[in-house]
Parts: sequence; C-alpha cells; structure tokens
Amino acid sequence: MGTAARGSTLPFDAVVGSISRPPTTWERAADRMTRALTLTLAWAVIALVTFIVLKIAWTARPAVARFGFGLLTSTTWDTNRELYGLLPAIWGTLYSSILGLAFGTFFGLSIAIVLSQDFLPPALEVVLKNLIELLAAIPSVVYGLWGIFVVIPAVRPIAGWLTEHLGWIPFFGTPLQGPGMLPAAIVLAIMVLPTVSALSRDALIAVPNKLKEAAIGLGATRWEAIFGVLVPTAMTGIFGAIMLGFGRALGETMALAMLVGNSNTLSVSLFSPATTLAALLALNFPEAKGTEAQVLMYAALVLLTITLSVNVVGTAIVARAASKLRGIG
Amino acid sequence: MSANLEITHAFEDVDLGKLERSLRSPRTLLSAVLSAAAIAASLVACVPLLSVLSMLIYRGGQRLTWAALTETPPAAFASGGGFGNAIQGTLTMVGIAVLLSVPCGVLAASYLALFGPETRVASVVRFASKVLTGLPSVLAGVFAYAAVVLVTGGFSAPAGGVALAVLMLPTVLLTAEEAVRMVPVRMKEAAIGMGVTQSQLLWRIVLPTAMPGILTGVMLAIARAAGETAPLLFTALFSSYWLVNVMRPTASLAVLIFNFSGTPFPNQVELAWAASLVLVVMVLAFNITGQFLSRNRHSR
Repeated sequence: MGTAARGSTLPFDAVVGSISRPPTTWERAADRMTRALTLTLAWAVIALVTFIVLKIAWTARPAVARFGFGLLTSTTWDTNRELYGLLPAIWGTLYSSILGLAFGTFFGLSIAIVLSQDFLPPALEVVLKNLIELLAAIPSVVYGLWGIFVVIPAVRPIAGWLTEHLGWIPFFGTPLQGPGMLPAAIVLAIMVLPTVSALSRDALIAVPNKLKEAAIGLGATRWEAIFGVLVPTAMTGIFGAIMLGFGRALGETMALAMLVGNSNTLSVSLFSPATTLAALLALNFPEAKGTEAQVLMYAALVLLTITLSVNVVGTAIVARAASKLRGIG
Repeated sequence: MSANLEITHAFEDVDLGKLERSLRSPRTLLSAVLSAAAIAASLVACVPLLSVLSMLIYRGGQRLTWAALTETPPAAFASGGGFGNAIQGTLTMVGIAVLLSVPCGVLAASYLALFGPETRVASVVRFASKVLTGLPSVLAGVFAYAAVVLVTGGFSAPAGGVALAVLMLPTVLLTAEEAVRMVPVRMKEAAIGMGVTQSQLLWRIVLPTAMPGILTGVMLAIARAAGETAPLLFTALFSSYWLVNVMRPTASLAVLIFNFSGTPFPNQVELAWAASLVLVVMVLAFNITGQFLSRNRHSR
C-alpha cells in the first residue's frame, strides 16, 4: 500500500492513478499519421476517378481532334480505308440495353412485388431472394458460354418461324444465323434482373405500411392497392432502379461480345447480328494500332460519358426517393 | 345485449353477400389472376439460373479431372490438357487487386465514417465511389491499359491486378464505411472516456469490431473480381504457360473461358465448361463466405 499516490488509501484507485498518463510523443505522432493517412487515401479515391476520366479523355484526344463528332453519325468501319463509324455500335448499345431492360424490368418488378407484399411464406421468400441474388453472382463470361450453347439453339427455331411467317414486321425482318440481338438481349435481361428487383424491392418496402393498410381498409383488392398506392408511391425509387439497371446493361461487355455477333450493321431486326461499344472495345482493342487505337479510345470516351450520366442520374433519383419517403413515414 | 342489437341495426341495409370475396366478382378475379401471373413470372426468372447451374454440372463435371486442374491449356487440335495455369493466374491477379484495394478502401472508409463523416471531402468520396460502382468493367481495362501496360511496356499480372482493384475498390469502401458506422457509439465513447487517441480508437476498437462487416465487403468484391473478363483481355492478356514472371502475360480462368468458347474444337469447348464450373464454384464460395460473415454479425 505504500505505493498509493494522491493520498488515496484504496488499492484500486492506486493502480488507476499509476497508469493514467498523457499520450507519449510517439503515440501523438502515430495518431496524427493515421489520420493523415486516412484523409490521403480518401483523396486518393477522388483522384483515381478523376484520373480515370482524364486518362481516357486524354488518350482519345487525337481522334476527337481529327474526326470531331463525325464519327458518331457515320456507319462504315473499314480499317484499311481508315473509315471509322461508331453509329452502329452506339445504336447496338442502346437497342440491346433497352430490349434487355424491358424484359428485365417486367420480371424484376414482378419479383420485387412478390418479395415485398407477403405473397409467399417467409421461408420460400428467403429461398427466392437468394436465388435471384445468385443470378447476380454468376460471372458474365459464364452467361456468354451458356448463351452460345443453350439460348441460341433454343431461340433459333422460334426466330425462324417468326421470320418466315411475320417477316414483314421490321423486328423479324432478317433470319437468325447464330448470334444476334435477341439472344444478347435475353442474357442481358437476366443480368440486369437482380439489380432491378433488389432496388425496386427496397423502394416498395420503404413505403409506409399504413398507406397500404389504408387502401385495403377502404376496400381495395391486393392488386388495386399495389397499382393504386404502392407502385405510385415507390415510383421514384423504381425508376431509379431501372436507370441503374440501364447503366449496368450499357456497360456489360462479355456476354454481349460473345452473343451479339459483332457485325457493324444498323438494323431494328431482333435477329440481325449487331455490335456494341463495349464489345467493340473488348474485341478490337488488343490488336489495335495507330489510328484504330485512337478511335477505340474515342469509343471508350463515348461509353464512359453515356454510362456515367445514366448512373449519376439513377443514383440521384434513388437518393431523392429515399429522402422523399422520409416525409410520409 | 343492447350493444349487439345496435350493431346489427347499423348493418341492416348492407347486403352482406356483396361483401364476401368471390372469384365471380371481376375485381377479385383480376387480383387473383395478377397474383398468379406475378408468382409465375418469378418462377420463370429462376429457370435460367437452374439451367446455367445444371449445364455447368452436366457439361463441366464430365471434364473436371485432376489433369484438367493441373495441366496447361492444349493447342488447337491437341487432346487433353487443362487450366492449372489459369487458376494460378486468377488467384495471383485477385491477390494483387486485394493488396491494392483493401487497405486503400478500408482506411478511406474509416475517414468517411469516423474522422470526417460530415466533411465535404467525405461526400465527394462517396459520390466518386458510386461513380466507380457504375464504371463498365471494360473501361477499367482501358484505363489499366493506358496507365500500366503503356507505362511498363507490356501485358502483365500487375496490370490485370490494377484493373480488378479499380472494380473492387467501391464495393470494399462502401461496405467498410457501413460496417464502421455500425460500431456502437457506446463502445467508442467508453474508449474515448478511457483516454485513447483517435488512431488507437480506430486500430484497437473500431476496426476489430467492424471486421466481420468489412470482410463481407471484401469477399463480395473478390467474388466479383474473380469472374471479370473484360478488364483482363488487354491488361493481362493470356498465356498457355505457367506463371513464372509476373511481368509477362498471365492466364486467367475468365479469359480462358472466353477464348475457348469461340473455338470449333470440342476438346477446348469442354475445357471451357469445366473452367466455368471451377470459376462459379470459386465465386460462390467467396459470396457465401461473405454472406455467412454478415449473418453472424446481424445475429449478434
């Protein structure tokens, strides 16, 4: 007890007193360094994004200076004559994404409604939710392989029949000879479905329960409540989910490079081969030299601009939907 | 007694038959039909998944032998062979990506959640990582090509690792921020009350407590990166030999599947299926580990 400091007689106090001390110089330096390090790395993330955008823009600069906006509207791609048209690729990117998104939204929204409105017993609901999450986990190159050996053989007879009997409709105008727009859009739909269903489910769950209860209390049937109250209230969030799904579809590369046919044609036919910006990059970049490499960087810049704007708008909409519902809740 | 009577009286002029739910009424019928359609659509959406998995097991399982896992890829007309070097290459490049993205992502996230959650830097970083989440993977490859391949003068494993790290960073960062934010305030306050410095708080209290959540994010990011093909096509390229020098072109499972899927040689197509099975098992293993970690955290 002789060690007791500050006049206390309790051994407990004595121990506490003896170890309490201000931080040492080293501890203070380590503290400052850690905080500086985390701040630096936070800045590094911002720097990385800026660097990516600038690096791609800078490498594309010679092509932009040489061709201007003409590349965006011309259709021929002939490396020997130095003719490069990006319009078919831009069209293919948008067309395949919109088709994929249309299928994906239909199924994704159905799943979001089924998963959020107590259609299934809780155990089954968890199973379905995990299965859909599993869809997102499968790598796109595996979907591409599956598309080549399962989807294309499966849709070919249907496509053949449609071309033969309904060929006067532009959508079915050309026969499907292996890869083409429709198989690509089907696989794309499967790939955007998890994004759309997960985010729309979040939006539907965020709708306060009392709104649904009030609708049911007034005598609405389940689906009158869903279409009349729940979906309109969650509309902003669902729209944001669709936008983010669109962003994912636009940037998707491998499944499309393997399934879309990679032919520089401009067609509304579902069965015609086509190409997309991402597939163009993936397939031509490794061997590109000189002007072609510059033009491909131009294509990368166009793709970057389209996807970033779609994603920024989608993220902003999702964020706005969340803050808007806070008022009702 | 009198209360009961009053209630019957109040409902006297209501036709109780009309209140019954019957499928003969168009409104209930429509509702039932829509319910059935929605459930049917959900089931249809599960068909591709089951088809992919059964094809992987059926066509990939046939060829999945010890030789396939340990040998190098065969030439065009050759039989036999495997993708051992691709497994090695994928693991190497994902490893490089983890080393680059995890320290950076976790420490930046600690700044966002602990040191300066309300600062302008933090909100810009959050925005930047959301932008990165939406970056098409092929553009990560283009970036790594321009920033690493052109600078070092050749296709290499680190170039592929950088491209994958760019794709992993936002997942790691955003989940780590969430995990650090979930650390109970009372733990932080108790530690501060004991007189720890901010950095001791981070290293000894916050990061160990948030570790399961952080690891969930890391596992999900690895699962995504392992399956990526587009960023590797023109950063790591491909190689038919074992990885000896990391500064040379490096094989990966994903690129092998892509290269072999388009060939007319049955032996190579079979190998592509077997490699897909291995890749999907790897990806699912990381995914399930990640979800298992986060489930433990929630039940605590």
